[in-house]
Amino acid sequence: MHEWALAESIVMAAVETAQKENLKIITEVTVHIGELQQIEKEIFLFALNELAKSQKPKIKNDAFHLKIEKGTLTCKTCGHTWKYSDMKKKLNETESESIHFIPEVVFVHARCPKCGSPDFEITKGRGVTLTSIKGAR
Amino acid sequence: MTMEPRTSVIEKRLKNIKRIIAVASGKGGVGKSLVASSLALHLAHHGYKVGLLDLDLYGPSSHIILGIKDEFPTEEKGIIPPTVHGISFMSIVYFTQEKPSPFRGVDISNIILELLAITQWGSLDFLIIDMPPGIGDETLDVIRYMKTSEFLVVTTPSKVAMGAVSKLLKILIELKKPVLGVIENMTMTDSSFIKQEVKKLKVQYLGKIHFDETLEEAIGNADRLAETQAMKNLAVVLRKINL
Repeated sequence: MHEWALAESIVMAAVETAQKENLKIITEVTVHIGELQQIEKEIFLFALNELAKSQKPKIKNDAFHLKIEKGTLTCKTCGHTWKYSDMKKKLNETESESIHFIPEVVFVHARCPKCGSPDFEITKGRGVTLTSIKGAR
Repeated sequence: MTMEPRTSVIEKRLKNIKRIIAVASGKGGVGKSLVASSLALHLAHHGYKVGLLDLDLYGPSSHIILGIKDEFPTEEKGIIPPTVHGISFMSIVYFTQEKPSPFRGVDISNIILELLAITQWGSLDFLIIDMPPGIGDETLDVIRYMKTSEFLVVTTPSKVAMGAVSKLLKILIELKKPVLGVIENMTMTDSSFIKQEVKKLKVQYLGKIHFDETLEEAIGNADRLAETQAMKNLAVVLRKINL
């Protein structure tokens, strides 16, 4: 499961930030998961909680809160905006799996549904980001 | 706040790699991929644990040179590159299936970050990077995220190639990046032009790989590639830097 590698980056980034802020304990970490990355929420949460054990500073049990961010794409050529969930129905399993590993390959496997351009951008819901950390000094 | 977490884990992913060598050039078409693939093969044949990362995201070609197909990384706490011809091989091609890849600069950086964050190389003696031409996002990202990287620069005998290669060398010198030297590829005469230009920049000139008419027939076949005159020339060149 490659979710583990991304969870590890979240835990390491949270610990680095907490150390800079001199936190003694991390009580809450909010993580946004972009729809394009198609992360298995349960696996990801399990990995985060496993990796959170024996960190310095300590991470409180169940500190992680995950929020799924819906994927939105906008065409740079014609300005059309559409949802990834609509586009996903037209992707085959291999294409969808590839986007799960590297979200940017959406530009390889899909086109603007209105004008057919490959020159669009992921405006929302790309990958995994850390959006807030709370703790106590 | 929105924080990019992937940068935090890259150092950990690379920590068991003894040396990272980026095979680069300011110019396209000079044989970077061939030198990178051949260098990886050469080191693997000498018993080293070797990884090869193709960062030419628009035109990946190391897999064509080494004849790698129908392979895919294994998922285990990240992705583990398949080992082919003794080389752990990672490329965007696993995810693009040979389709055109229209990426903008920001996408390039995101792809590199993702690959560096999720690839589990394990312990390696060498990680060879097949770089795209120029001094754009890929070169800047390798310098930024792979701090121990050393550069092996490739040019052809052409004044046109050397013009662009000089710019790459100058920026690497300015940024104090280690440059192992310059390889002159596809030579057909005894001209010393490149050697003189490289020496002006106080960079080591490593030698010539002569134009090898039989090389094209060996593309896609790692065993035949190892027997080519070009590969034998490369082995002589590499001795100068103890590789």
